[in-house]
Amino acid sequence: MKKKFNLWFVIPLLAFVGLVAFMAIGLTRDPHLVPSPLINRPAPNFLLPQLHAPGKTFSPADLKGQVWLLNVWASWCVSCREEHPVLLRFSRTHAVPMVGLDYKDQAPDAQKWLSDYGDPYTLTAVDADGRVGIDYGVYGVPETYVIDKTGVIRYKQIGPITPEALQQTILPLIAELKK
Amino acid sequence: MKPWLWLLLLCFTWPVHANEAKPLADDEVVEQRLIKIAEEMRCLVCQNESLAGSRADLAEDLRREIRAQIRQGKSDQEVMDFMVSRYGDFVRYRPPVKPTTWLLWFGPFLLLVLGVGALAAVLRHRNRIAPDSPLTPEQKKQAEALLRDQP
Repeated sequence: MKKKFNLWFVIPLLAFVGLVAFMAIGLTRDPHLVPSPLINRPAPNFLLPQLHAPGKTFSPADLKGQVWLLNVWASWCVSCREEHPVLLRFSRTHAVPMVGLDYKDQAPDAQKWLSDYGDPYTLTAVDADGRVGIDYGVYGVPETYVIDKTGVIRYKQIGPITPEALQQTILPLIAELKK
Repeated sequence: MKPWLWLLLLCFTWPVHANEAKPLADDEVVEQRLIKIAEEMRCLVCQNESLAGSRADLAEDLRREIRAQIRQGKSDQEVMDFMVSRYGDFVRYRPPVKPTTWLLWFGPFLLLVLGVGALAAVLRHRNRIAPDSPLTPEQKKQAEALLRDQP
């Protein structure tokens, strides 16, 4: 006699497949990428000395009316080396100003780093004690913020800017914001 | 050195007592509050450590910042808000109840309800396929006989 197929026995299998699907999605996500609450909020203001001209200061207000990038880096940061060629290539396009925020670094080390590997920055502000980094929610350099003409943070890249991130996300966003 | 000289020198030793360890913080009240707040927060660098326990550089800086804010007379809630506005709800070990966290807070109860529902459905289904069939008089007699035979 042919037994009637019992649907109930399929349920554990379906539940298992569902669980595996959830875990598989989880594996593709990086738990270190914490979404920033600062997206679409005004960039915190600050006033910091410049690396190459300690007498001069920089404040985000100086770039009001322009789209610009704030790239947080340090000479002790290993991933910053990885990102550096991308930044250099980007700076050669002169698309928008890119300000470096030298985070918890020693000025001589930072200056040597930029002269050794090339300086992609319009200017570099010095955040020696990391206080401005706290305001920007920096938790792992390098981090990059795209700031629009009204001074609002529109995007945050956590970790090095990859060529893909630059081409697919940052450059289109800049083009749109510049309109 | 000659052994007798060693012995001679040993005669001139005197006991030295260690002092009780001084608390690391100058202000114990501030430190207590700092620990209370920092234990509620996640260190963003080592995500499985609290801000109070982490030795990461950033945790050090954030503790210093919280300490400064406590000295300025900010309330625990104000310090918490300061942190959340910069690092997001992720820094809190107890995320707030709001639409984006409903699934997190109520998901387990939803699963419980679904589980109980599924169990009830299974039991009802089982009752339906095994209906209460009374024994035939013959079977009844047989059963009684078996029971009587029990020592």
